Amino acid sequence: MAYSEKVIDHYQNPKNVGTLDKSKSNVGTGLVGAPECGDVMRLQIEVDEATGTIKDAKFKTFGCGSAIASSSLATEWLKGKTIEDAAKIDNMEIVEELHLPPVKIHCSVLAEDAIKAAVNDYRQKNGLPLMKFEESVVH
Amino acid sequence: MLKFPIYLDHNATTPCDPRVVEAMIPYFTNNFGNAASRNHPFGWQAEEAVDYAREQVAKLIGADPKEIIFTSGATEGDNLAIKGVFEMYASKGNHIISCNIEHKAVLDTCKHIEKEGGEVTYLKVKDNGLIDLADLEAAIKPSTILIAIMYANNEIGTVMPMKEISAIAKKKGILVFSDATQAVGKIPVDVNKDGIDLMAFTAHKMYGPKGVGALYVRRKNPRVKVTAQIDGGGHERGMRSGTLNVPGIVGFGKACEICMSEMSEETKRISKLRDKLENALLQIEEAYLNGDKEYRLPHVTNISFKYVEGEGLMMGFNKNIAVSSGSACTSASLEPSYVLKALGLGDDLAHSSLRFGLGRFTTEDQIDYTIEQVTNTVNKLREMSPLWEMYKEGIDMSTIEWAHH
Repeated sequence: MAYSEKVIDHYQNPKNVGTLDKSKSNVGTGLVGAPECGDVMRLQIEVDEATGTIKDAKFKTFGCGSAIASSSLATEWLKGKTIEDAAKIDNMEIVEELHLPPVKIHCSVLAEDAIKAAVNDYRQKNGLPLMKFEESVVH
Repeated sequence: MLKFPIYLDHNATTPCDPRVVEAMIPYFTNNFGNAASRNHPFGWQAEEAVDYAREQVAKLIGADPKEIIFTSGATEGDNLAIKGVFEMYASKGNHIISCNIEHKAVLDTCKHIEKEGGEVTYLKVKDNGLIDLADLEAAIKPSTILIAIMYANNEIGTVMPMKEISAIAKKKGILVFSDATQAVGKIPVDVNKDGIDLMAFTAHKMYGPKGVGALYVRRKNPRVKVTAQIDGGGHERGMRSGTLNVPGIVGFGKACEICMSEMSEETKRISKLRDKLENALLQIEEAYLNGDKEYRLPHVTNISFKYVEGEGLMMGFNKNIAVSSGSACTSASLEPSYVLKALGLGDDLAHSSLRFGLGRFTTEDQIDYTIEQVTNTVNKLREMSPLWEMYKEGIDMSTIEWAHH
């Protein structure tokens, strides 16, 4: 299977690899996937409390090139967004941007799930009601 | 100067040796006859070439040329042997013993047999990839007609104790079939010394062409028969109809001859390179060898690099180095290798494995480059692996509630 140029670029030059201090109240962490499934994504957001926008985002991913690229792209998109807008990122936008083939759609679903998990982690830490999400596509 | 890409996937297929191609070429053009045409020189020439190749193939495995049935490859050989014995010996019984790390060509054929009313016992291998002979003895029933155990495994390269297996079978009058696709041409295989009654193998794993293989069918002590699975003109002693692939068979014969004469020297050279690669890669922290270190093929090593995923790992160098992974990230099921899981590896380690298969044309420069590239990529991916970070922080990952999907 050939990878798209965008996947290769994110894989070779991943954006925003790293770890944020999860003990801080303005940092939300989403850890999704499982080692047994071959994909684990950890996505973190740091929220500017004055504006409610995401000022930094970091990821670490165990998985194939498409999983790495999906999470790298997600961190790029998250920066500057409000947490409400962040939660609206749809996995199909990632699929389209990275030209993921059907067998790799689950990587984008995982990235979407990681974003939502990070947003809710932030909300929980700050006493905000958790956002309800519809069940993701079966993967 | 290194030429890219480097091929280290010789368990998937091998390039044709140029000497093989040279032997084949005349049989596409000038000597194009049908080996079954008995009444003119074109046919005689083709038949003569096939007879010669049959001798070359038989010699490599210590068989008589009459015991070689040419097929389209090992998958067909596996099907013909198992289905053919099941049908031919139906009056004696319906039970077959196989094992859980066989190739799909054997496992799926066994599943077919079960649908047809047969009974199959799949022996579980030990964590080194070998079957337990006591399990084999215990699985034998009065209705057992066939033991189907692979000679060497395609993913981890472990070599099964064929002599001991056949000794057990002989005592009970049970036939032994072996899928020897990975072994023939790589290590000494002798159907008489090994006590094998039927054996499938293929040309393209031993520097011959794709699309041609053979099934060895014993003619003496005991005389074995299989029911044909392809009906037609009654070629190959009625066991496999269809016009013979003369150029392919000629190439197969030549490939066998070369393997026979060069095996001992080639094995020494390749296993030295394999050991160099393996030792260097096992220096990497949290890297583990899969399979048995002693009972295995000389040209393959299978290693898991914990906390990085195999397909992601390959992507780091697969423009320049061709290997294969037990991760099945591309398959619809997302299930990792059933062979590695059968060894008792967790799914996480199975997802983290790479198979390196060296070959006749592998050089030391290629191995040095591979060591460097794989090591660098493992290190790079671990820097972006959340699991590696947890491991380094001493977090017990079995205590985490993973969101299985």
